[in-house]
Amino acid sequence: MAVIGGAETPARKAKWALLDVVVVVYALVPVLWIVSLSFKTKGTITDGNFVPREWTLDNYQEIFTTTEFVRALVNSIGIALIATLIAVVLGTMAAYAVARLDFPGKRALIGVSLLIAMFPQVSLVSPLFDIERALGLFDTWPGLILPYITFALPLAIYTLSAFFREIPWELEKAAKMDGATPAQAFLKVIAPLAAPGVFTTAILVFIFAWNDFLFAISLTSTERARTVPAALSFFTGASQFEDPTGTISAAAVVITIPIIVFVLFFQRRIVAGLTSGAVKG
Amino acid sequence: MADIVLDKVTKRYPDGALAVREVDVEIADGEFIILVGPSGCGKSTTLNMIAGLEDITSGELRIGGERMNDRAPKDRDIAMVFQSYALYPHMTVRENMAFPLRLAKLDKQTVNRKVEEAARILDLTQHLDRRPANLSGGQRQRVAMGRAIVRSPKAFLMDEPLSNLDAKLRVQMRTEVSRLQKNLGTTTVYVTHDQTEAMTLGDRVVVLRGGEVQQVGAPQFLYEHPANLFVAGFIGSPAMNFLPARVEGDRLHTELGELPLTDRVRRLLEQAEAPRDVIMGVRPEHFEDAALVEEHARAGGAVYRGQVDVLESMGSDKYAYFSLGGERASSAQLEELAADAGVTDLPSGGGQLVTRLSAASQAREGERVEVWFDPDQVQLFDPNSGRNLTYQGG
Amino acid sequence: MSIVRTPSAAEEARGRTGRKPSAGKRAERRLAWLLCAPAALVMVAVTGYPIAYSVWLSLQRYDLRFPAQREFVGLQNYVIVLSNQYWWQAFWVTVGLTVVTVAVELVLGMALAMIMHRALVGRGLVRTVTLVPYGIVTVVAAFSWRFAWSPNTGYLAETFAQGEAPLTDRFASLAIIALAEVWKTTPFMALLLMAGLALVPDELLRAAAMDGANAWQRFTKVMIPVMKPAILVALLFRTLDAFRIFDNIFVLTGGAQGTSSVSILTYNNLIRGLNLGIGATMSVLIFLAVAVIAFVFIKVFGTAAPGSDREGRR
Repeated sequence: MAVIGGAETPARKAKWALLDVVVVVYALVPVLWIVSLSFKTKGTITDGNFVPREWTLDNYQEIFTTTEFVRALVNSIGIALIATLIAVVLGTMAAYAVARLDFPGKRALIGVSLLIAMFPQVSLVSPLFDIERALGLFDTWPGLILPYITFALPLAIYTLSAFFREIPWELEKAAKMDGATPAQAFLKVIAPLAAPGVFTTAILVFIFAWNDFLFAISLTSTERARTVPAALSFFTGASQFEDPTGTISAAAVVITIPIIVFVLFFQRRIVAGLTSGAVKG
Repeated sequence: MADIVLDKVTKRYPDGALAVREVDVEIADGEFIILVGPSGCGKSTTLNMIAGLEDITSGELRIGGERMNDRAPKDRDIAMVFQSYALYPHMTVRENMAFPLRLAKLDKQTVNRKVEEAARILDLTQHLDRRPANLSGGQRQRVAMGRAIVRSPKAFLMDEPLSNLDAKLRVQMRTEVSRLQKNLGTTTVYVTHDQTEAMTLGDRVVVLRGGEVQQVGAPQFLYEHPANLFVAGFIGSPAMNFLPARVEGDRLHTELGELPLTDRVRRLLEQAEAPRDVIMGVRPEHFEDAALVEEHARAGGAVYRGQVDVLESMGSDKYAYFSLGGERASSAQLEELAADAGVTDLPSGGGQLVTRLSAASQAREGERVEVWFDPDQVQLFDPNSGRNLTYQGG
Repeated sequence: MSIVRTPSAAEEARGRTGRKPSAGKRAERRLAWLLCAPAALVMVAVTGYPIAYSVWLSLQRYDLRFPAQREFVGLQNYVIVLSNQYWWQAFWVTVGLTVVTVAVELVLGMALAMIMHRALVGRGLVRTVTLVPYGIVTVVAAFSWRFAWSPNTGYLAETFAQGEAPLTDRFASLAIIALAEVWKTTPFMALLLMAGLALVPDELLRAAAMDGANAWQRFTKVMIPVMKPAILVALLFRTLDAFRIFDNIFVLTGGAQGTSSVSILTYNNLIRGLNLGIGATMSVLIFLAVAVIAFVFIKVFGTAAPGSDREGRR
């Protein structure tokens, strides 16, 4: 704040570089720690050293040979992808209406999604637990996909309607004047412009579904639908008396990788998506 | 290329609002015509109906003799330049300009040749592979023009194409647009709210107000013979002075003193069955510093003596502002103009007189000065209908 | 005075602001409703009905271990919960954690937002790295912290006291929970605040500097007031989110040593204890608490609910 278009003196740069280092350390230390643990051998895992003294891939080998983890990984990927797909499709439709059309009930829709965004998820666990058992949805993929879609929809609608508002819709007219049919105008002009917003929203929704823990442990009871975060808390290692630290760490690293990849590649879009929905205006 | 005919074209929105009422205009082949008026006058709606972006409620639109009412925009073979330029941000300049040609399924070579030709005309050759986001305002504007000319359409429609440019560039592009249109000889319908653009660009000008045509004519004709108060006030800058006046016999009582009515004016007033209370309009440029008017010329005119409130020196000439006592001329049409210009709440008690004097004038702020004008240049309007009582049709 | 042709202008004006439905408007509405229907249906079906059902459950004695004893008991469950010391302990733990973490996050988030907004070097790096805590699975981060503070295993375990396990001490545990929560959610707060910072025009700060404000005054007297709406929205989001704290506590302590939050307590009664009646009662109470928080933010602080400002803009 002290800098108002201040000069880029070396001292200033050094100060900022130092701050950068602080932020990087802050953000990465817990991640590096769990990565380090995942590479430690059984003998050195309790040495308390931040960097492994002996490196091994045993932990990774172990988790990929247990069905417990592999099955959970399949569940996680499948459930998160399906929930993302459905939430984005439904969210796109609703967001288009919110951004472009005038209709009574718009306020109500925005209000309801806001309510859900703020809703304490645990309040839904009790009734859903009972209802899903009655409907046979308990411990199934749809049993998790449904609440994920519900809680992802407000996020999707906000983010997408903010993106849609940014699209210069006059281009649709311009395309028609340039000789395009309505279908061509949509496919060649509007869709390419809307795609980044939809894609960003998909990433945010995916991260949300991938992250969830409360529903995952409350609405599942077996490997059938248990996702990795939930499975992690049940990890016991190969035998009951073995310390599961290494395997938990390895599993944790595996499910962290996709997030890190997303973040590295789509940093700009994720930031835009997170902020556009919440603070505009 | 083709002529465009609007035959009693009307636009009524589904909720009953009437946006355009029975517009009758015949635009000749190759003509440059301007639709001008304040915001909400229906000029853009009219343009969109010609484009096919809005349906025509009733009436008929013919382009090149063919009825176009029910054709989709793409089947009308006309190009449009938008106010925001509407460039496709995900395409390069080349792709933007090629877009209509590719949609028309022209072969690659032809597309390239046409795009490069258009780029050459508009001086865009070195920018062809850039994206719109990396272009300056003027360059974007030229790309928008390029996209329109590249397919040699029957007509160009332009919706305030220069209003997003800064003042200097706007003047430059104005000449550019004019030259381009002359060279291509393509029928052009140009929408603007800027009367200067209307005066300088068009072969003819259509003044719209509240969805209705007020007057159609060459710019100079509209300037000299406005059909009503609205046109008189809209065309010309600075705007015409309007003062309340009263006809008594062969004289006219005004804030500027008692003026003789010339025979021509008196005859016109009689024909028009004018009321006694009228509004007098006189353009700033019809005044001159009395000291600079030769003796023999002075005799035929009237002189107003007053204290200069503000004097603006423009270099080429000087604007002298006078405060007049009395009331301001009031008429609904004048209020509409004021509202459009955003000056309704300006704190001006009485009327104001603006005069344009030659640069040689010795007038100073705060000093009294005599200004001379020719009473025959005065126009008289009916305050109720706004009709020009001294209008000589053409 | 009357003039010709005024009616059309007036008509036009009325048409633009008028609210009378017409064929075109009706078609627009139909399309809008069709587009919104699936999303609205899912949201209402998965939340609306369960909420009503959960109120109904909370009025019953309903323990899955003794399904035969299911019966309507009125407000008895509420009496049981509200007179239970564990409930109140969990409630105050939740409130305490919420207040502390949100307060710390606001300060840290503001600092981080400044860095992301103004850094002369490595702005892209900082923004990218900041997203790591946001994106990482909470459970993974929680495990990282748990292992870090576990005796023998962890690099932090002996930071304060030798030979003790911090996670077996109540206050140390709560502090670690707060730390984990702050670490994970500060970036989100910072991103929201950064969007607010972007709304403060540089020119305004220059003007303040010309008016004689020093850096601190520019921050407190110009920046904060201009950013206030963004700050309030960020606080509202984070407060409601912090109130549902679950993952970190579950992994770090499992709610032992009096570190349960209301969410943990509800989960334990429901999934471990299989007592649906009590679980549902707690659910309703948490819902009410959250509603009160939201109400206070919106009515008392005047937080603009996101989306409310959108109505006017089309």
